[in-house]
Amino acid sequence: MMKEITASMAGTVLQVLVSEGDEINEGQVVVMLESMKMEIPIESTETGTVTSIKVNIGDFVNEEDVLLELE
Amino acid sequence: MQENVDRCRNYRMYPLKKGEKALKKVLIANRGEIASRIIKTCHELGIETVAIYSDADQELPFVKNATVAHRIGEPQVSKSYLQMEKVIEIAEQEEVDAIHPGYGFLSENPQFAQAVTDKGIVFIGPPPSIISLMGDKVKARQTMIKAGVPVVPGSEEGIHTIEEACTLATSYGYPVMLKASGGGGGIGMVCCHSEDELQKAFQTTKLRAKSYFGNDKVFIEKFIPNARHIEVQVFGDHHGNIVHLFERDCSIQRRNQKVVEETPSPFLSSVTREKICQTAKKAAEYVGYTNAGTIEFIVDEEENFYFLEMNTRLQVEHGITEMITDVDLVEWQLLVARGEKLPMTQSEINSFGHSIEFRLYAEDPIRFFPSPGKIEEFRLPSNIQNVRIDNGYEVGSIVTPFYDPMLAKIIVKGNTRQDAIQTAKNYLNEIVIKGIKTNIPLFIQIINEESFLHGEYTTNYLSLINKR
Repeated sequence: MMKEITASMAGTVLQVLVSEGDEINEGQVVVMLESMKMEIPIESTETGTVTSIKVNIGDFVNEEDVLLELE
Repeated sequence: MQENVDRCRNYRMYPLKKGEKALKKVLIANRGEIASRIIKTCHELGIETVAIYSDADQELPFVKNATVAHRIGEPQVSKSYLQMEKVIEIAEQEEVDAIHPGYGFLSENPQFAQAVTDKGIVFIGPPPSIISLMGDKVKARQTMIKAGVPVVPGSEEGIHTIEEACTLATSYGYPVMLKASGGGGGIGMVCCHSEDELQKAFQTTKLRAKSYFGNDKVFIEKFIPNARHIEVQVFGDHHGNIVHLFERDCSIQRRNQKVVEETPSPFLSSVTREKICQTAKKAAEYVGYTNAGTIEFIVDEEENFYFLEMNTRLQVEHGITEMITDVDLVEWQLLVARGEKLPMTQSEINSFGHSIEFRLYAEDPIRFFPSPGKIEEFRLPSNIQNVRIDNGYEVGSIVTPFYDPMLAKIIVKGNTRQDAIQTAKNYLNEIVIKGIKTNIPLFIQIINEESFLHGEYTTNYLSLINKR
């Protein structure tokens, strides 16, 4: 089953901390966003394997935008 | 005190002398509360203002406050407030005499200051060469050493390899601070407690420095435990006069960004206070500083102080200095930009009473994450005695995720620190803001803490109170 990890708030992608194929745990920081002059760690809400990364460093994302997909 | 203010207000009535420039129209290359703050003084002096705004800021008060306003671009800062050419284009189109950069954005960008100057427009700030010198933290440290100003023990040059970093860190002893040379605003610095942590932080800090500041130069400083962050306001004119306007204690921070500031510092002895102010003045004299600047120091438990960095612009917290000195620092910036002498000599500048500033942020008070959204209710009275509100928003405004989450500054004054705290207590309880989260609960907590009441706090104060 595919699961999506979304941005909890709008911001610029500063770092993508996982790669496709990585096994990740719930609560693990997967993406670092920069928003309103602060670094906002985005934690995975699920446990699974990363199948696809939807953003690149420097992208601006809105709240609820999909950052990565898990299986 | 009032007399001094009146006297410098009258300066605008004097005919221009040789070497002085007319300042009839100023563009403010900023947004929010600081844009409104600058517009206010300009209008009081009979100077017209030009605001620039992004699509996200169209409805904010500063756009309405300015004489005229121009759209600059899409919400993201790289497409709006950081667009140097567009800012200059509007400045030329409006035939402004000067540009005030405020703080943040282009205020400490030497290329911008140079480009503005090249167009024959006055950049309200120091010359590009000084902005550039102080913007490079490694060079700034070297300059201060030459000026005889104490700096935090640390690397004299930028560090290139992890081996070099480890060797230096071992010689200072852990913990050490790893910092980006082009850094500022609390971004790009990490405290490393061991070689392992330094190894881990080295590459990420370099990468981060590159992406934020376009420069991956890093350096190491010895970590000063239980430190206080104390800065001194300095001011210079184009006639060789330099003064200080006392210190500000900015030790209450979260994520290395200031939250509460006060002056005088409740910690410094009067001897150290005099010494730190004189040292700042000496540093400013050494570089031939002009316009408003702030020299930041880190102060250890024994009141030893070390140069941290110099901000070559108006500081967010300049208001508390204005409260105790009765000087309008924006007015002085305009006078100096116009080529006039500073309106006061060092001995004429006095401080009276105590002032505290609270930075009202749209953020979760516990986790400190920003909280954008629409402001549904906004009660922030501005007519209370001894309270000054520098505000950028109003009811119905939308706090967007594109910029710093600061909404307003609550600045209180009292004859004593205790009076100022009491005024703040009463005021904070009056505030009603709905629709977004704010850090008001944090202020109420701080102001009731025994340690704050006794003035006993250091830069790790907030991380400690939330752990209890």
